Amino acid sequence: MNSETPIDQYRRRLLGGSVAALAGLTLAPGVFLQTVQARPADEPVSDRNRWGLLIDTNKCADGCNRCVTACNEENGLKPMHGPTTDPQWIRIVKVKSKSTGYQFQMPVMCQHCEHPPCVDVCPTGASFKRADGIVLVDRHICIGCRYCMMACPYKARSLVHETLTDQKPYMPRGKGTVESCTLCVHKVDRGDGTTACAEACPEQAILFGDLNDSGSEISRRLEQYGGRQLRADLGLNTGVRYQGF
Amino acid sequence: MKNLRYTSIDGNSPAYLGLLGFFGLFLLAAFVAFVNMEHEGHWITGMNNQIVWGMPHVFAIFLIVAASGALNVASIASVFGKKLYKPLSRLSAVLAVALLAGGLAVLVLDLGRADRLIVAMTYYNFKSIFAWNIILYNGFFLIVGLYLWTMLDWQVEKYARVAGTAAFIWRLILTTGTGSIFGFLVSRQAYDSALLAPMFVILSFSFGLAIFMLVMFAAFKWTGRPLGDLVVNRLKNLLGVFVAATFYFSAVYHLTNLYMTKKHGIESFILLDGGIYTQLFWWGQIVIGTLLPLLLVYCPRPSKHRFAIGLAAVLVILGGMANLYVIIIGGQAYPIPLLPAEFEYSSTFFDGVVAGYSPSKWEIMLGLGGVALSLFIVAFALKIFRLLPDDLSDNLVSSKS
Repeated sequence: MNSETPIDQYRRRLLGGSVAALAGLTLAPGVFLQTVQARPADEPVSDRNRWGLLIDTNKCADGCNRCVTACNEENGLKPMHGPTTDPQWIRIVKVKSKSTGYQFQMPVMCQHCEHPPCVDVCPTGASFKRADGIVLVDRHICIGCRYCMMACPYKARSLVHETLTDQKPYMPRGKGTVESCTLCVHKVDRGDGTTACAEACPEQAILFGDLNDSGSEISRRLEQYGGRQLRADLGLNTGVRYQGF
Repeated sequence: MKNLRYTSIDGNSPAYLGLLGFFGLFLLAAFVAFVNMEHEGHWITGMNNQIVWGMPHVFAIFLIVAASGALNVASIASVFGKKLYKPLSRLSAVLAVALLAGGLAVLVLDLGRADRLIVAMTYYNFKSIFAWNIILYNGFFLIVGLYLWTMLDWQVEKYARVAGTAAFIWRLILTTGTGSIFGFLVSRQAYDSALLAPMFVILSFSFGLAIFMLVMFAAFKWTGRPLGDLVVNRLKNLLGVFVAATFYFSAVYHLTNLYMTKKHGIESFILLDGGIYTQLFWWGQIVIGTLLPLLLVYCPRPSKHRFAIGLAAVLVILGGMANLYVIIIGGQAYPIPLLPAEFEYSSTFFDGVVAGYSPSKWEIMLGLGGVALSLFIVAFALKIFRLLPDDLSDNLVSSKS
C-alpha cells in the first residue's frame, strides 16, 4: 500500500519536523508547561499511561457547580425531560458527617475503574476500558440493556431517554444507548492534557494526570498526601481519587 | 400408555377464535407500546436513570423464570420416571417454550436499541452473565424443541429420556444464570448474594407449576376432556412444597442480611419502612403468595375443590409478581451506598435518597403483551400439535402410576 519513495518520506519527516519545531517555539510557553504528552494520532493507546483525576474536597467550593456546567457544555448535554431522565455525567454530591457535622461537597463521575463492573457485565462488549484506563461505551454496539447501570457502584451512567439533536461532532451520543463521563477522551487524545471539569474549576480542585507517571503532579500529590477511592472495599482500583475527607 | 390417545383441538369454535382474538388485542397493545417507546425514547416510561429496570423486567423475568419451571412436569415424568405425569409432558414442554418466548419478547422490546438485537446475538462478552443467559435461552429453545420432538414422534421416542435429562439440567443452569444476573451485582445491597441463584431456581419451580396448573385446568375444561383428581392432587401438593421452599429461601436471605450491620438499611427498607415495597413484601409475597396458597392446598376442606386449587395457583402468580417487584424495583429504589454509613449525602442525581418509580401504561402494556404472547403460542400449539390426552380420568391414570 505504501507508494511513497524514500525521498517522499524524508521530505515529509523534514517538513513535519520543521513545522513541529516552529510550532514548539511559538507555543512553548503555553503548551510545554503541561506535564501530559500528546499521543501521536497514529500510535495506539497504550498502558504506559493511566489517566485519572485527583479531587481535593477541601478546595471544592460550597455551592459551586462549574465543573458540571463545563461538562454539559463540552459534551453537549442539555436538559430534556427532567432530572430523573436527563443524563448527568458529573454531579456535585453534598456530604455531611453524621457524627461530627463536618460538611463538604465533591464532584462524582465515572471513576474509570481498573476492574470496571460495567465492562464485566456488558453482554456485547460495548462497555470497554481502553489500555490507558479510560472506561467508555461503544455507542455502535450498545443495545441499551442498562445492565451496566445496574452494575455501576457509583451510579455514574445514564441512558439517553430521548431523541437528541446537535450532538458535538467529537462526542457521538444517541437515543437508547448508555453513556457516562469519557474523561474528555477527545481532549486527552488531542493532547490537551486536561478535562473540561478540571479546566473549569476556579479552585483547581480537580487535577487531571497520569497515575502511571511517577513524575506527574497527580502522582506526586498522591504520594505526598495520599488519596481515597470511593467504595474502596470493592477493590476496583479507581482512576478517580479524592483528598480531603 | 397404549390406550392413551393424544389429540389436537379443532380450533374452529367461536370461543377458541375469540380467545386468540382476546390475546391478539394484548399483542396489539404491546406493539403500540413498543413502537411508542422506541420512537419517543424511554422518558415516556416510568423508568429513569435511577430505576433502570422497571415493570417490563418484572414481567419478563417472571415469564423467563416460570418457563423453566413449567418444564417440571415433563422432567418429573422423563427424568424421574413418574408415569403419572407423562400424559402432561407435551403441554409442559410447549408451555415452557411459550413462556420463554413471551418473556424474551418483553425483554428485547424494552431495549434502548431493540433494532440491534443482531448485535446481542453476534457480539459476546463471555465474562457477562447476561451474555451467557442469551446462550442459555437460545439453547433452551433448541433442547426443549428436540425434547418435544421425542415426545411427539414415536420413531425418536427412545431418546426422550436423554432429551428430557438434558432439558432438565439445562433449565437448572438457565435459572441459575437468571438469578445470577442479580447475584453478580456488587453495587447494590439487595443483590450481591450467591443465594439469589438457587432462590431463582425455587421461584421457577413455584411460578412455573402455578402457570402450568392454570393452563392445564383451562385446556382440559374448555376442550371437554376429563381430568381426574389424582394427578391434580399430586400437582397441588407439589405446588405447596415449592411455595414453602420459596418462603424458606426468602427467610434465609433476609435473616442473613439482618445479621450483617451494613445491610440493616436495605432490610429495614424492605421489611419495615419501604412504603410500597414493604406492603408488597408482606401482603403480596408473604400473605397472598405464601400463606393463602399453603392454606388452600393443604387444608383438608378447601383443597378438595378445584376452584380452591386454581385460586391457590393464581395467588402464587400474584405473590410471585410482588416478590419480583420487590427484588427488582425495590432493590434499585434503595440508594446505592456511595460513602460509608458515617456520612449522609445528597445530589441532583438522587444520591442517598429512595428513588421514585411508578410504572407507566406503556410498560404494563408491553409486559401483558408478553403474557398474551405466551398464551397465544400455547393455544395455537394445541391446535397444530397433539398435545393433550383425550382423557385423564383417575381410572385411566391410576393403573399406570
